[in-house]
Amino acid sequence: MNAIGWPNFKSLNQEGIVFAIAVVLFAAASVGLPGFFTADNLVAIVRSVSVLGILALGMAVVIIGRGIDLSAVAIMAMSVAWYLQLLNIGTPDGLAFLYVLAGVLAIGLLNGFLVAYADVPAIFVTLATGSFVFGYVRSQLITQDAVPVPQDHWVERLGGLRFLDIPIEVFVFAALAFLVFLFLRYTKWGRYIYFAGDNPVAARNIGIPVRPMLVLRYVLSAVVAFAAGLLTAASLHSINTRVVNSTLLYDIVLVAVIGGIGLSGGRGGVRNVLVGAALIGILLNAMTIIDIPLLYQNLIKAAILLGAIIVDGIINPRDEQTAQQGDI
Amino acid sequence: MRLIRTLMAAATALAVSAFAAQSFAAEDPGPAAYAKALNGKRVMLVPLAMGFDLAQGWAHYLKKEVEGWGGTFETRDPNWVVDAGAQAITDAISSDARPDVLIIHAPDLNSYSKLMKKAQAAGTYVMLVDNPANFPADAFVGSDWDRLGQLEAEAAIKGCGENSSKKIGLVQGDQANSSSLYQYAGIMKVLEKHPDFQVVAKPDSNWDATTSRNVTTTMLQQHPDICSIIDFWDGDASGASAAIRDAKLDGKVFLVTTGGGEKAADCDKLQDGTYGAVVMTDLARQSGDMNAIIKFLLQSGQPAGTSHTYIYTLEKATTKADLKPDSCWDLKALQAEATAK
Repeated sequence: MNAIGWPNFKSLNQEGIVFAIAVVLFAAASVGLPGFFTADNLVAIVRSVSVLGILALGMAVVIIGRGIDLSAVAIMAMSVAWYLQLLNIGTPDGLAFLYVLAGVLAIGLLNGFLVAYADVPAIFVTLATGSFVFGYVRSQLITQDAVPVPQDHWVERLGGLRFLDIPIEVFVFAALAFLVFLFLRYTKWGRYIYFAGDNPVAARNIGIPVRPMLVLRYVLSAVVAFAAGLLTAASLHSINTRVVNSTLLYDIVLVAVIGGIGLSGGRGGVRNVLVGAALIGILLNAMTIIDIPLLYQNLIKAAILLGAIIVDGIINPRDEQTAQQGDI
Repeated sequence: MRLIRTLMAAATALAVSAFAAQSFAAEDPGPAAYAKALNGKRVMLVPLAMGFDLAQGWAHYLKKEVEGWGGTFETRDPNWVVDAGAQAITDAISSDARPDVLIIHAPDLNSYSKLMKKAQAAGTYVMLVDNPANFPADAFVGSDWDRLGQLEAEAAIKGCGENSSKKIGLVQGDQANSSSLYQYAGIMKVLEKHPDFQVVAKPDSNWDATTSRNVTTTMLQQHPDICSIIDFWDGDASGASAAIRDAKLDGKVFLVTTGGGEKAADCDKLQDGTYGAVVMTDLARQSGDMNAIIKFLLQSGQPAGTSHTYIYTLEKATTKADLKPDSCWDLKALQAEATAK
């Protein structure tokens, strides 16, 4: 934006483009679609991307530090499935929660340790731990794809919680977004993540504890995934582990990347996640209202994303100066 | 003299035939033929995944029966991944212990067609279960999805009643799976006969509960006076029911779905009012049909790929009013039975 508040197209980056597309879509849908621009529908839009957005926040922190966590969806579904299974077979609630939390932390630590200290690329580590978590929990700890929440359990009550008629997920998403924003922007460790993501070697040379911080990010991502899983179960009164096979993982990466968080690390923030989530939410909601079949929905979604990337490529061409080592 | 001789001959003949009849009664050739045809035969089930009620129910009943006649029963778990299922079938055909009967739960109309043809060429009978495919299998056992859709639509119309808005919403599965496509066709057939009822929206859930919840939320906001929703599977209808609950429309929207008739998945939810009606598969009977066809094929002497029979399971829409203690089967009980052994 320049002085008169008109976007300066030279400085329009991917985030700006996606934001513009989202605004245009929103305006068009508000005018063209009856029932789109209503308080209820706007809440529904935010809610429909809340869990996705929460997972994307965890992913964003990892990606900014030049990593990626492909085990997020597996941790989300399997931790909660195991928790509910423990409850269903009569384990005391506190103990069950403790077991699962310990498991979640252990997987986060394992991810972080293997990436930070064993120097295995994050993409391989988390792909493997994700499969391991799914396979182990599915085969050893639970008996069914779908595990129901026990009657009158706090998870079930959590799903019914409303403030001002707005579901709890929306507040959790907002609160987490704010916390992550504060963490990334105002804490020392938060700033360090950018340094480490931009240039890990230099960051290490100036004395930043790059490796312990790496471990922390993966633990954070795992805990965020567990929270997202609890919210999913709260709303649906069950968790279905089939979600691990779905495109949710790609959608999470997509929300982060489409919003402008570079996969090469060091760039982006919470705002990018919000912009990405807004675009996806508005797009899906409008297409559902128009009643477009799923096949076409995927096509339209992909076309808009491709369009955004192409426009970004034209406006901000990559060259030796802007490209980073490790660009994907 | 002549008379005596005749009498004696008759008596001898009678005695011989009586003796023969006696030995015939002592040695029924049936069981021997049965055992000869079946003993040691291999049956393999490749469902979409082993982690859901239908597959676990089939496996339970099939295993019991197959092992009962001295065969071996195996399952493969592709865990909803089409490629993994194809791999499992390929491995099964080419292995030394090639199954004599392959029971396949097809993910869509076409994916496994070539593999099933290969299996038949190798001499394995191919039975399709639950989901039809574009392939002349030796037998199909499962739901007539078109009919099932009709039952759902009739239940929805009844659930709405004459004095309702007559607006119905559909939550389809996807646009590839035969169960979703045929179910839709069946629903529309019934609605054509009731032109006053209209489908106001028909989004896909992609069989995912969260997606089902999101699209149902939107649907209910656009059409708050919807009187019935048909969700194409009880596996994701928990999402549609969550949306109805969130919109505080419980009791106002009659939710119809279909499922394997498992207690926790279907009957309990009819009981607590989550679902208005469920078109349930009688799983024990369906498994019984599968067992009968397996036994028939193995004794028929007919080469694989030469018979094409359709065994549709009798379906019925169940509501809370006609719930009986035996309306559902109980997965937990079956699992307890399996672990007790």
